[in-house]
Amino acid sequence: MSKVIVVTSGKGGVGKTTTSASFATGLAMRGYKTVVIDFDIGLRNLDLIMGCERRVVYDFVNVINQEASLTQAVIRDKAYENLHILPASQTRDKESFTIKGVGQVINELKDSFEYIICDSPAGIEKGAIMALYFADEALLVTNPEVSSVRDSDRMLGILHAKSKRAIDGIEPIKEHLIINRYIPSRVESGEMLSIKDIQDLLGIDLLGVIPESEMVLQASNAGVPVIREEESNSGQAYRDLVGRFLGEDIPLRFLEPEKKGLLKRLFGT
Amino acid sequence: MSKQHSTLVELKGSAFTLPVIHLRTFDLVGIKTELNERLSQSVSFFAHAPVVIDLGELKDTTLSCDFTKLKQLLRDVKLIPIGVYQCPEILHPEAIKAELAILKNGVSNKKNGSNTKSTIKQTSTNKVQVKIIDKPVRSGQQIYAPNGDLVILSPVNAGAEVIADGNIYIYAPLRGRALAGVMGDTTARIFTLSMEAQLISIAGHYRLFDEDPPVKVYTNSAQAYLEDKHIIVTQIP
Ligand SMILES: Nc1ncnc2c1ncn2[C@@H]1O[C@H](COP(=O)(O)OP(=O)(O)O)[C@@H](O)[C@H]1O
Ligand SMILES: [Mg+2]
Repeated sequence: MSKVIVVTSGKGGVGKTTTSASFATGLAMRGYKTVVIDFDIGLRNLDLIMGCERRVVYDFVNVINQEASLTQAVIRDKAYENLHILPASQTRDKESFTIKGVGQVINELKDSFEYIICDSPAGIEKGAIMALYFADEALLVTNPEVSSVRDSDRMLGILHAKSKRAIDGIEPIKEHLIINRYIPSRVESGEMLSIKDIQDLLGIDLLGVIPESEMVLQASNAGVPVIREEESNSGQAYRDLVGRFLGEDIPLRFLEPEKKGLLKRLFGT
Repeated sequence: MSKQHSTLVELKGSAFTLPVIHLRTFDLVGIKTELNERLSQSVSFFAHAPVVIDLGELKDTTLSCDFTKLKQLLRDVKLIPIGVYQCPEILHPEAIKAELAILKNGVSNKKNGSNTKSTIKQTSTNKVQVKIIDKPVRSGQQIYAPNGDLVILSPVNAGAEVIADGNIYIYAPLRGRALAGVMGDTTARIFTLSMEAQLISIAGHYRLFDEDPPVKVYTNSAQAYLEDKHIIVTQIP
């Protein structure tokens, strides 16, 4: 049985696309046939982060409008054969999104893929609703700040009201919390919300905490999802997160401020 | 082909819960002032609400009323008067002239003890209901318990709104807005295991906690109730 997973948040710029790319890559690295769909029509950047922007010929909207087949539009990743990307349209508008159209595409993808990851656009408008509508599970990406937590809370309410599972009255969407851009020293100094604060406010299971790291931007610019960067904290945190999602018992890491060594203190980072 | 029995229209009796205005006077100026005062705090709940005018508590001995003017007055505060209840028989022609229905056999759940000139209370043919919520009430969500109490077993988060005609019991933190007794029940109370509210309102009287935080009870078990039109928040036990 394939699973549809939406990566959502309400707020923009919190790390949905970063998480979608790394999560999908992580599942594929573990051998699962995975496709990641970019729902951010007009602002497509998943293909950039995944390093396949030059290979985009057809997009999600073309498939919905039956101007191209899924085989034509879906791009296979160069590094992992199980990983596939369905890019967003750069030019069309959200009007192409209909429940029927999106539903047909997702149903067809279910024939070939075990995991279907939906990278949601920001906001609570049509694009975001379409991304969550067919979801079985949701990854709520939150930054450790009040406004971001508030937006995630609102998004949880929307998952409970507007998703297909909610409307059909069947078992609700399974929710997982991801705290991204976590900076332990700033939590310690009280400038940032702690993990406990956030969990108290949202009351859903924590799947992972991704530390703030320069590697994320570097990796994005290079078109390599950060999970593939074995040396980086955030890459390792994403690997742990994927393991936990698959049911493994992996403790959280990178929650303490880094102790700067003598050399680092003398010469800076 | 014409049908023997019409299927386009059907007349059926149904029970509705309607707000009732109890008039103790025909002093239109007095009524107007008081309604403005009361409704300014709960406008959205009553906006375009149908209301019944109850004359059962009328104190005036000189019975005369311009129902047309009364009706207009209610319309001015965005109420839709639909009829009169417990209307003295000699006033029936006046009421009918003003196109107000004469209502009979209502079941009222009004309480005693108020001596204002007009109050808004709930009349219902149903028994008092309790609404129970066992999922978090999240930012942007609104829960309303008409006719009775609201019991919530999980947190009410910042940006969420919980509303009841009766009391509100929250067996978890209250971080959003809670409005009890919205139909005018001044005895309604709000209880929570952790008082972190943004706003508390009882019978239209409200207190914004951003401006006026109840410092001592913050994050403690607390109740809120109305005393002399002021919202009092105290720790429990
Ligand atoms: N853990 C992180 N550390 C540092 N920068 C991050 C991290 N996660 C995301 N970013 C940066 O934040 C910006 C927004 O990320 P993105 O994934 O595009 O967010 P969204 O899809 O939610 O709008 C990008 O520039 C990205 O590189
Ligand atoms: Mg994005």
